[in-house]
Amino acid sequence: MAKRVGMEVALAVAEAVGQCNIDMAAVYPITPQSHIGEHLSDLVADGKIDAEFVTVESEHSAISAIIGASGTGARVYTATSSQGLMLMHEILPIASAMRLPLVMGIANRAVSGPLNILNDHSDIMPQRDCGWISLFVENGQEAIDLSIQSFKIAEHKDVNLPICVNIDGFQLTHMVEPVEFPDQELVNKFLPPRESFATLHPSKPVTMGAFAMSDYFTEILKAKNEALKSSKKIILEVWEEWAKMFGRTYKPVETYKADDAELLVLTMGSMGETAEMAIDELQAQGASVGLVKLRLWRPFPFAEIKEVLMKAKRVLVTDRAVSFGGPGGPVCGEVKAALYNESHKPVIYSSIIGLGGRDVTVADFTGMINRVIKGEANVDTYEFWGVRE
Amino acid sequence: MIEVRWHGRGGQGAVTSVELLAQAAIAEGKYAQGFPSFGPERRGAPVAAFSRVDDQKIKKRSGIYKPDVVVVLDSSLIGLINVTDGLKPEGILIVNTTKSPAEVKKDLNFSGTVATVDGTSIARKELGVPIANTTMIGALLKITKAMKLDSLKDPVEHRFGRIAQKNLTAMKRAYDEIKSVN
Repeated sequence: MAKRVGMEVALAVAEAVGQCNIDMAAVYPITPQSHIGEHLSDLVADGKIDAEFVTVESEHSAISAIIGASGTGARVYTATSSQGLMLMHEILPIASAMRLPLVMGIANRAVSGPLNILNDHSDIMPQRDCGWISLFVENGQEAIDLSIQSFKIAEHKDVNLPICVNIDGFQLTHMVEPVEFPDQELVNKFLPPRESFATLHPSKPVTMGAFAMSDYFTEILKAKNEALKSSKKIILEVWEEWAKMFGRTYKPVETYKADDAELLVLTMGSMGETAEMAIDELQAQGASVGLVKLRLWRPFPFAEIKEVLMKAKRVLVTDRAVSFGGPGGPVCGEVKAALYNESHKPVIYSSIIGLGGRDVTVADFTGMINRVIKGEANVDTYEFWGVRE
Repeated sequence: MIEVRWHGRGGQGAVTSVELLAQAAIAEGKYAQGFPSFGPERRGAPVAAFSRVDDQKIKKRSGIYKPDVVVVLDSSLIGLINVTDGLKPEGILIVNTTKSPAEVKKDLNFSGTVATVDGTSIARKELGVPIANTTMIGALLKITKAMKLDSLKDPVEHRFGRIAQKNLTAMKRAYDEIKSVN
């Protein structure tokens, strides 16, 4: 039987990765990710998992090292945050172009400046167009489940892409809470050893990451885009199998009390559960409001988001990052793009909240929602919720 | 749901306290959270840590602003920071001090329950160090009845190994010796 324990979520993520029969990990420490890498290196050093832990001198080297190892057919993992992810940025699109399965945990943290170590989504947003599968979790259990599922998705023969699991820094990584680890035997059954399409080996030389000029470049990028779009089918299959084996269901777009609601609020990441409390409170007062939670950031689930949002009259999208000089929050921009060609679409409002670790409370959600209900929110622009001016 | 704020200084183990408390509650089948005040920490500087315990799944992921209980691991913090900030008027203040509950209640002019125990002396005697984080868990459990003292046994053993028993003894002593005034 799976055992329910109280554990810090960062450690739980490392434990879950340790259940996945990884061959190699390379992690460079950075707050608030460090506990993941530290605990994973403990598991290796204590002989609890049979893997190589490569101590690298930077995040750029961490991602480069796991790319090399993945090229040999190894199952690989890394984790990072904020500036570490920014340093990896140069390498991220290379990994997806090479069609190498990598799994990365991201303890989401604000990027400098000013220097800040607390949570928001400004580290993952600049990586949006790198060709990675990108998932969000809202609690420790989901962080465990999605970390394990990610190996299966990334390594699937029809996917072969890198994947990142976004775990809000501090709000999740530093929280001791109840989690349940799946039985090792079931994980082994769910996640058999990796079968590689091609591997680097001295006795059978192959070229990976070759040079391509204008004669092939467009075709290769289109192939990468097709691969990322098509990965959704495999993600859905893996989630279905997970639900059958472990009883927990995952969807690209999830809803909470959203049926027939006139106003839908959309969140991504750990704010979701706090938002649920606001929905409970407002529904009890008679408001027609529900919650939509985006789990799959890339590939963006256009069909699923339309299906849910088109039923509402108004949608309030919350973003934990800013697209400076752009349409507001990056998630809101995507949602608007998804609905643009529909004839009867809801009115969309945009709120930016929880930047650099600013707390997001139930009252923040009820406040934002009530502003929309009362018609006080401005539809032509976006607002920084709670900002002092 | 019960919400607890712990005050200590960096290195006094407030974060360990909230971790052990959450693990014990979860082992009892309850739901719990234990978390530090997010951000940089320095040895000796005032720090806070937080606990939530409930019979139902805890959805709230925001900070704790109106705790039911405040535990002060280091009485030298009183006066330096406002330890009763946001504490519910009918709440509970638990202080590691040689002072009586009545004295602390008067000093802080607090309307709720005040409980005190000389946790530092207990820790010095039982553990050989003046670090009262595990000791004060005993004090908290006696006053709040949030869970059974026995439930701490496994988490403390897992965390402290061969010095676990000393911590459990100190915890039990604080449980027995804490005094309170309403």
